Amino acid sequence: MAFESLSDKLQGTFKVLKNKGVLTEKDVDEAMRQVKLALLEADVNFKVVKEFVADVKEKCLGEEVMKSLTPAQQVIKIVNGELTDLMGGEGAKLEYDPAGFTVIMMAGLQGTGKTTTCGKLANFLKESGKKPMLCACDVYRPAAIDQLEVVGKAVNTPVYTDRKSKDPVKIAKAAKKEAELKGFNVLIVDTAGRLQIDEELMAELENIKDKVKPYQILLVVDALTGQDAVNAAKGFNERLAIDGIIMTKMDGDARGGAALSARKVTGKPILFMGTGEKYDALEAFHPDRMASRILGMGDMLSLIESA
Amino acid sequence: MSLTKERKGFFGRLSERIGDALFMRQKIDEDMMDEIEEILITSDIGMDTTEKIMNELREYIKDNMITLPKNIKKGLTDIIIRLIDKGDRNKLSDKTPLVIMMIGINGGGKTTTIAKLGHKLKEEGKTVMFAAADTFRAAAGEQLAIWGDRIGVNTVMHQEGADPSAVIFDAIQSAKAKGIDVLICDTAGRLQTKKNLMTELEKMNKVVSREYPEADRETLLVLDATNGKNAISQAKEFNEVAELTGVVITKLDGTAKGGIAITIADEFDMPIKYLGVGEGMEDLEEFNAEEFAGGIFNE
Ligand SMILES: Nc1nc2c(ncn2[C@@H]2O[C@H](COP(=O)(O)OP(=O)(O)OP(=O)(O)O)[C@@H](O)[C@H]2O)c(=O)[nH]1
Ligand SMILES: Nc1nc2c(ncn2[C@@H]2O[C@H](COP(=O)(O)OP(=O)(O)OP(=O)(O)O)[C@@H](O)[C@H]2O)c(=O)[nH]1
Ligand SMILES: [Mg+2]
Ligand SMILES: [Mg+2]
Repeated sequence: MAFESLSDKLQGTFKVLKNKGVLTEKDVDEAMRQVKLALLEADVNFKVVKEFVADVKEKCLGEEVMKSLTPAQQVIKIVNGELTDLMGGEGAKLEYDPAGFTVIMMAGLQGTGKTTTCGKLANFLKESGKKPMLCACDVYRPAAIDQLEVVGKAVNTPVYTDRKSKDPVKIAKAAKKEAELKGFNVLIVDTAGRLQIDEELMAELENIKDKVKPYQILLVVDALTGQDAVNAAKGFNERLAIDGIIMTKMDGDARGGAALSARKVTGKPILFMGTGEKYDALEAFHPDRMASRILGMGDMLSLIESA
Repeated sequence: MSLTKERKGFFGRLSERIGDALFMRQKIDEDMMDEIEEILITSDIGMDTTEKIMNELREYIKDNMITLPKNIKKGLTDIIIRLIDKGDRNKLSDKTPLVIMMIGINGGGKTTTIAKLGHKLKEEGKTVMFAAADTFRAAAGEQLAIWGDRIGVNTVMHQEGADPSAVIFDAIQSAKAKGIDVLICDTAGRLQTKKNLMTELEKMNKVVSREYPEADRETLLVLDATNGKNAISQAKEFNEVAELTGVVITKLDGTAKGGIAITIADEFDMPIKYLGVGEGMEDLEEFNAEEFAGGIFNE
């Protein structure tokens, strides 16, 4: 595994630190270089890494740390704490429109997992006692509507479709009307995948936002994403002012550095993570656990605890 | 759908940035080298490959006693060509009958790439058939069949949940009976860490070897250009169960650089065969190392 050696290296670095009674600036520098490499290996964005390392270093060189009896542990704590903060600290939850009817709109690049996640969300909402309905607004991808219908069936949730229409705005508006009329209280709008630089399709999302007023716009980000995660997240957030992020495909061996980058450039919380193709594979996101995963820090945390 | 396409691809955009890094500067110094390194890293070229490229570049500068930034472009171009040029292996097999397995992680672009490739082969005068061996994902078969209809290719399809190997078996019999030149098999997306799904892939391959030994084979890994380092693990694991013959990099019409493919070409000696540059059936480009690398520093 690509990351094992790095995680080993890091732990080695921290162990070296730990064995030193006193830390010099040079020791901290070397440790920061390793942290930087670890984050880059985990696909955290280059700029985010640079800033992060500079911040951490400044904190580490503070008097309390350097003069502490256990400076190494302090450094590890700072890295872990800062990383957790960067991931969103306490964590956040999906929010519902106090008016009683919530529209959730999904958005994201092609193939990130929007349609599948619609099903997972419907499932989650039902378990939370809500009455969700799905709405098929991907009028482009071949069989996208069929796909959502199969998904809807699997999670026992009705799907609003209009196969004759090529106008997602019109479809979403009609779906909202019907959902309210029929006594549903959440409408989940599936949209086609698109590039954030695709002017026409981004305008289409803005238009849906304008006309249907989603209470939550959720950006679906693939955990396997590399350096591009910031461009996509920034692009979608600038156009749509997203409310939260869902990280998919976390069931593999991805380090998920993209999560950190997306969260950092948008300032929006990561609400859930997708951990499989089935509709119950959706978990609340825990910034602290993610921080450990990114740095491969499981063992490092026990190092701190043993301090 | 009309996408506002930016067809510059990986090397075009890399080139602009490296061009800036080089031409804005008067002399070669550590600052400039750092900037080149940063560009390589932010293009998702892996850390090891980046280090390798930088070391080779330093040697090139020393050996050729280069002092002006603009004169290192040839060195950098040649280094990258050496990593990605696999000669004839960058081309799809021309033999028939040919069975192409399209494999890769979820949502990478397998099904769409099959449509594009089917269209291309048809235009070249070949007869093509699709096998919808993704029987797992919701409406995956329908998706492929709709593409097949659009480009005039028959799709062999079973019900959702059917055994994918059985679809392949049927498709092979049908392709043989009809004397089809190229059979392209769609498979379900799977993360490389899922052992049972990887075994299923092995089984599909065995069916092809057993039922169609006379057919030539291509097993293409579809890599999403937006993917980062995880693509290395994808290449390794898929190669282990399926003996890849090459990769297709998709979604290069976006802002992702797809540099991870350079690492994969280097580390696994894996040829890149095609580039996906959009969602339409025409949006597939043949990979050509020289042409692309030559375009790196287009001024
Ligand atoms: N392993 C895994 N696969 C996932 C997850 N979420 C979605 N997928 C798979 O990813 C692929 C793409 O999912 P879709 O839901 O079709 O993605 P999409 O964003 O709607 O795609 P477009 O509509 O084409 O943009 C499918 O094969 C899904 O089964 C996840 O959390 N883990
Ligand atoms: N922009 C862009 N989108 C692409 C490209 N190739 C595929 N896509 C889109 O990516 C999404 C996923 O493509 P699919 O072909 O369904 O991917 P897949 O690998 O078959 O997905 P699963 O079968 O679910 O694993 C679709 O929305 C495609 O239109 C490409 O080169 N550029
Ligand atoms: Mg979809
Ligand atoms: Mg597919």
